Parts: sequence; structure tokens; C-alpha cells
Amino acid sequence: MRYFLRRWMQAVFLLIGVSILTFLFSAIAPGNYFDEMRLNPQISPETVAALRAQYQLDRPLPVRYARWVNSLLHGEMGFSFANNSPVAPLLWARARNTLLLTLTATLIAWALALPLGIWSAETRGRLPDRALSGATAALLVIPELVLALGLLILAVRSGWFPTGGMFSVGFEILSPMQKFRDVAWHMELPVLALVLSALPILVRHVRAAVAEVLDAPFLRAAASHGIPQRTLHYKYALRAAANPLISLFGFSLGVLLSGSLLVEVVMSWPGLGPLLLEAILARDLYVVIGGVLCSTIFLVAGNFFADVLMYWADPRIRTGAAAK
Amino acid sequence: MISLLQVQDLHVAYISGAGKVSPALEGVSFDVLPGETLGVLGESGSGKSTLALALVRLLPGNAEIQKGAIQFEGQDLLRARPRALERVRGARIGLVFQEPSLALHPTIRIGKQVSDVLAAHEAASRAARHQKTLQLLREVFPADASRIADSYPHQLSGGQQQRVLIAQAIACGPSLIIADEPTASLDPTTQQEILELFRMLREKFNLSLILITHNPPLLAGLADRVLVLYAGKVVEIGPTEQVLGSPQHPYTHALMQSVPPGLDEPAKDRKSRLRVIPGEAPNLAVLMNGCRFESRCTDRMEQCAEREPPAVAMSEVHAVSCFKYGE
Repeated sequence: MRYFLRRWMQAVFLLIGVSILTFLFSAIAPGNYFDEMRLNPQISPETVAALRAQYQLDRPLPVRYARWVNSLLHGEMGFSFANNSPVAPLLWARARNTLLLTLTATLIAWALALPLGIWSAETRGRLPDRALSGATAALLVIPELVLALGLLILAVRSGWFPTGGMFSVGFEILSPMQKFRDVAWHMELPVLALVLSALPILVRHVRAAVAEVLDAPFLRAAASHGIPQRTLHYKYALRAAANPLISLFGFSLGVLLSGSLLVEVVMSWPGLGPLLLEAILARDLYVVIGGVLCSTIFLVAGNFFADVLMYWADPRIRTGAAAK
Repeated sequence: MISLLQVQDLHVAYISGAGKVSPALEGVSFDVLPGETLGVLGESGSGKSTLALALVRLLPGNAEIQKGAIQFEGQDLLRARPRALERVRGARIGLVFQEPSLALHPTIRIGKQVSDVLAAHEAASRAARHQKTLQLLREVFPADASRIADSYPHQLSGGQQQRVLIAQAIACGPSLIIADEPTASLDPTTQQEILELFRMLREKFNLSLILITHNPPLLAGLADRVLVLYAGKVVEIGPTEQVLGSPQHPYTHALMQSVPPGLDEPAKDRKSRLRVIPGEAPNLAVLMNGCRFESRCTDRMEQCAEREPPAVAMSEVHAVSCFKYGE
């Protein structure tokens, strides 16, 4: 239990650190939301100053941070100037969509990477392995942005996929089943872009981790007991290779999340990505901070989940932690 | 009696990435009778581990069985399909490896690793398998089988791990156990316990045993016959008392001379320096015409470097490959 307590403490300190840093950076960054109003001759400098005072932007940084923490504790996370509403509900609606995209892509990418990586390791040096290595190398050098744009062109040319968004027109009148299928249809392309961007890294790591244990004496011993090859590779080899792969799982969540922000902008998926981009361009301070914090929470939660998995999968960590 | 295992003219070589061929076994022939224990004696590099793996067709990818035949319970294992081999391994032939700490999966419970062996060969309910697992573990751990079943390998000592490997090897009632240096990594007391366990199980389940070792005293009192392997060839084979007691081949003779005297022998014998065999085992990648032991042999003759000595029968059961005893 102390193992988890320690991980929790680390996560909390990390989040506090990230929030302070984003605050600092946003203070250093030039300009604020009301600067554009100054260019407008119809708004007097006094009005702008009054607005700044109203939103407390003229107060010193520590005070602003304390007030923001206070609003965070009240579930608001500050106020969005551009949307004229508290940040939390805005973020939550968007974060859900991002999470939907990221988690789906993570699951699919891993469901593909495990068998492909094992297959590649099994056929080391032979044709399937070489073909897979070539394919992953090719995918690896294509930037995400190009991948997303390429898929978008495909969608436009072929008409097989929607070219953006999350819902069709008239979504409200659909039955629950139709709603589900409509969202799934809209997800296909962005999820495909994400899976393709993460897959090569995952396949290569799975291959390396499994190849390393395929020669291990305990696998040969298990083979000498007549345990069939399927069990050997999918159970014995995979479990022995689990530790680096679980760490990679936490990391892959981060990669897919940051990839998702980009893909969302390109494919106009109503997630955190477009919201953050608009907020940054408009200097909508608290939305930016909230968005960054939100992404950090995803990442930390992903890694925490990986730690839990690791604890569950490796008895040596379990007993090591119990001994301490 | 019909032999259980019959190996004929087995040739195995390792092939490097550059295509260089290094023979590991050259023309090995022997047989094992039901219930018999055959000791295989050889130094490192003599091909004894290669032999163990070749018998169950688990050689690494860079090894190649070039020719020969392995008859086991009426089928030629060299011609068996992968599926048929999976049914022989574990079920009819059990293997015990030399590094027990490496031969168990690090993150799967012992009980599960034993019951996986059962599951591979027998259709039984989970509960029945669990019962049988505990019963098997009780054979090797009379006192605390269920605690061991719930443990992970890293929680056990080397001797306990070796007992688990033995339980796995006997799980499905095989007729033959191949043990490759089963005691090499254990301390002397544990070694004796493990050998005692082999002796007990052999009687109880009427097992044939191939016991591979570099240590002659281990075989005394345990093996019925001994096969001496040198540089991939059988140099001497015969009843244990004859091979170890009055070795005929110059190599076996030299090997027995280099065994340290036991503590029960007179002190003056113990103080003398331990004899070693001068020279080194030959590099098998270099082609040789004569006897493999020729360069280190004290009894060498002219023809030794020119051609290989054939196996000469000293008696009906004892054969030696050396020109000293005729053509």
C-alpha cells in the first residue's frame, strides 16, 4: 500500500509543480486577452483598465495563483474571458471527447501491436519480420500532421468518411443506437490517424521485448514440458516481457494524447485540441492553464495506471514493496 | 529387453552466420533400457548439453541435426512432426535443466507452472488439475507443498527450485527423464538431497534416467552404465563399476586421475597435487582425421593421428574407441 501512497504523493506534487510553471510561463508570455481592445478606438483605455481590474489581472502573480487555486477547489478552475463562463465545464465537455479518442486509439493500437510484435519476434530475420520492420520504419518517418492531412484528403476524395466533426447534422433526432454508430463513424478517421502514428513505435518495442525473452532458459524449459507454442509466446513470453511494455503503455498514453490534440485540430474534432489552440491565440489565460493541467492529469493518471499494472504483474515488485 | 531409447549415429553441428560449420556431436550411438540409468560423462564443450537438447529436438536455431536416428517408444523423433514432438516432450520425456533459477518463469506462481504442464497434456477440470499439482508437489516437498505452490520462484532456494523442475518433469508420468547437470549449481548437501530424490522417484515410477554430468563421483552408485563423451564422440561406454573403476580409454583414465580424492581417503593422498589433463580439448571447427584425444594422449601411437579408432568391444557390455585394444 505504501507503494501506491508514494506514487500518489508524487502525482500530487507533479500537478502542483505543473500548475505553478504554467502560471509563471503565462505571466512571462507577452500580451493578454484585453490587449486587442486597446487597438479598438471605440473602447477607452479606462474601460480596458477597469476590465483588467475586474478580472484581477492587475494583481501580483502569487495573489492570482492563490485565487485560482481557490476557484479550482470550488470546481471552477478560473474564468474564460472569451466564453464568459467558468473554465471547468468548458474543459470537461471537451476533455470527454479527447479522452474518447485517445483511449479508443490506445486500445486499438495495443490490440494490434501485441500480435504484430510477437509475430515479428517469432519470425526474426525472416520475411514477415522484415516486411513489418520495413512497414514500421516507413510509418515512423511520416509526421503525424502529414498522416492526418493525407487521411483527410482520402476522406474528401473517396467520400467514405466524414471530413471532420463528431456528429452528423440532425444528430439529436437519432435513436441511441444510431447516435452510437454516427459517433463511431466520425471517429474512424482521427482514430486511424492516431493508431497509425503510435503503432510503429509500439510494434518495435513489443518485438524487442519479446525477442529478448524468446531465448530465455525458462521458455526452453517450458517448451521441454510440451507446453504448446501459442501458450509459450502469448502467455509465458509476454508475461516475462511485461515490465518494459507496461512502462511503454504509460508513455504511449502521453504520445497519443499529444498526438490527439494535433489530429483534433486538423480533423475539427471537438476535443481539447481546438479549444486550447483558440485559447492560446486569444490569450484566454485560464483556459490555457486548465487545458495544460487537464492533459497533465491524463498523463499522470495513465502512468499511475501503468504502475498499478506493474505491481499486479510482477510479484518481485510486490514482495519488494512489502519488504520495505 | 527392448530398449526404450535408441540413438544411432547422431550428428549435430552449429552453423555460424557466416556459414561456418562446427560439429558438436559426431556419430553418437547408445541405447537406454526401461528402468535403466545411463550416466553421460563429459567436460564442458564435449557436447553433452547439445545431446540433451537434441534428444527432444529443442536445439537453438543455429544448430542442425545432420544425420542419425532417435528411436523412442517406437517412433523416430527426428522424423516426428512438431505436434507429435509436443506430445512427447513433457508427457513421455521429462527434462531437468542445470540452472533451476533460470528455468522457471519469474512471474508465474509455482503451482500454476506445474499445472500448466498438466494442462498441456491432459484434459482435466481445473479442480482436478489443482489436486494433481498439489499431489505432485508433495512428492518432492513432503512437508509444505501448498505453501510452495503459492510461491514465486524468487522466494525459493536453489534446491527447492530444482525440486519444482523435477516435479514438472515427472508431472505427466514420463518413461524417461533427461537431467542435464541437475546439481551443478547447488551446494554439496543439496546435491546429495537431489540425487537421493532422483533415486527415490526412479524406483517409485520405474523411470529411465539419463544423467548428464562432468563429475564422475556423482554417477557412482546411481548410474547403471556410463557413457564417456569427448569432443562430440563416445570414447567409452560400459557398466559404471568398470568404466569408473578400471577405465580403459586413456581419456577416461586421465579423467578419473583428476578427480579430487574424497575426505575419507588417507591424508597423504589428499596432500598430493591434483592431476590435470595437459593440453586443451580440440577445436571441432578444424577438420580432423584421427582420434580427437590424440594430441593430449600419453599412449598415442602412429595411426592415432591418421584415422579414427573404431569402437572395440572389451566385453559384451563394454566398448572403447582406442587403438590400444585393436583395430
